[in-house]
Formats: sequence, structure tokens, C-alpha cells
Amino acid sequence: MAIIPQQDQEYLKGLFAEKLEHPVMLRFYTQRQSVLSVPGQECGTCSDTHALLNELVALSDKLTLEVHDFVAEQEQAKAEGIEEIPAIVLEGQNKGTVRFIGVPAGYEFATLIEDLIDVSRGTTSLQPSSREVLVTLEKPVHIKVFVTPT
Amino acid sequence: MMAIESDKVTADVIEVSEYPLMAQRYQIYGVPKTVINESIELEGARPEAAMVGAVEAASRTAAS
Repeated sequence: MAIIPQQDQEYLKGLFAEKLEHPVMLRFYTQRQSVLSVPGQECGTCSDTHALLNELVALSDKLTLEVHDFVAEQEQAKAEGIEEIPAIVLEGQNKGTVRFIGVPAGYEFATLIEDLIDVSRGTTSLQPSSREVLVTLEKPVHIKVFVTPT
Repeated sequence: MMAIESDKVTADVIEVSEYPLMAQRYQIYGVPKTVINESIELEGARPEAAMVGAVEAASRTAAS
């Protein structure tokens, strides 16, 4: 059964066709499926997130999913600053780094869709005054926004 | 959105209920909660200008 309801898939297909401009890569860090489970090491939401992303990227040819194994590719994960999985790194026209840690469900699914569109276009709805401040930043800033699905 | 506009910004959206240790470490009792450069904390949804102001302040005092 589909995770994204059929009706929503149709809506998103139309939205993406209208709004996505340039390709967006979703780099997904996950845990490889294994017959053995190591207590304390399971990723409870990785397979659901993987299924959700598979459905999502199928809705537009501008979206691509790249799957990485958090353990086997730990060097790359470390270089990208990934400490928890599931993690999604968005790559498109964005100047900085945009990541989602944990399953993007509930309200966060809507945030992911908005960010996909912004990353694809390289523009946001921020006020001109905010943009003026952002271009003057000299040192790195790491913003962590903690949310829950409801 | 700020991370889309500036190459200095990294933004993580974290579904914190999956990571109880992180929730404990950052003392998350309500969401959304925003932590900038591990130092500035903002509880709840804030107006855009307040968020940008906090990011600017964090950048000014950042180590590198």
C-alpha cells in the first residue's frame, strides 16, 4: 500500500510539474536491511522513510534519490556531518546545507515539499531585508530546528 | 529557507521524538525549538526578523 495517498500523489505531481525548476538530489543516509539485528543499533524509521522517498521522487523526473549506507559509508557520512539516521540531504540550487533528520512525516512532510521547491528554484519567500542580512554573514551558522510530527 | 539563501548556513530539521537522547541533551520540552550554533536557543515559532537576528548574532560570535 502506498504511504502517500493516491489523491496526494496526484496533487504533488501537479505541484512539482508547475513549481520545480532545476533537478534536486535527495541524498538519503540509511541502514542496510539485515537479517541480523544488533540491539540498540536498529533504525526504526529508516525503511518507512526509504519507501516514502521512493514514492516522492517517482512524482517528478526532476527529483532523484541517492541511497547511502550510514555504516558502510561512514567516512562520507562523517564528512557531511551526519550523526543520526534516517537523514536526507537536499542538493539543488541551495547555497547552504539543508537536511532532514528523522522521518519527514506529519507537518514535516509539508516542510520537505516546500524545501524541495525552494531548493529547486534557489529562491525563498524570505523578506528582502532578511536576505540582505544573510548575504553579510561571515562565519558559519548551524541551525537545528527540533520538531515532532504532530 | 535561510540555508537556501546563504552558503554560511546549515539547517537541520530534526524529528526529535525519534532521538530521546538528543531531546534530553537539548532539553526539548516543547516544539518547535531552535538551537543556533549550540548556544542561542529560541522556543516556539518566532517571526522571521527575530530568527534572522538570532542567526546574525550567532554568526558574529562564531569561532570560525
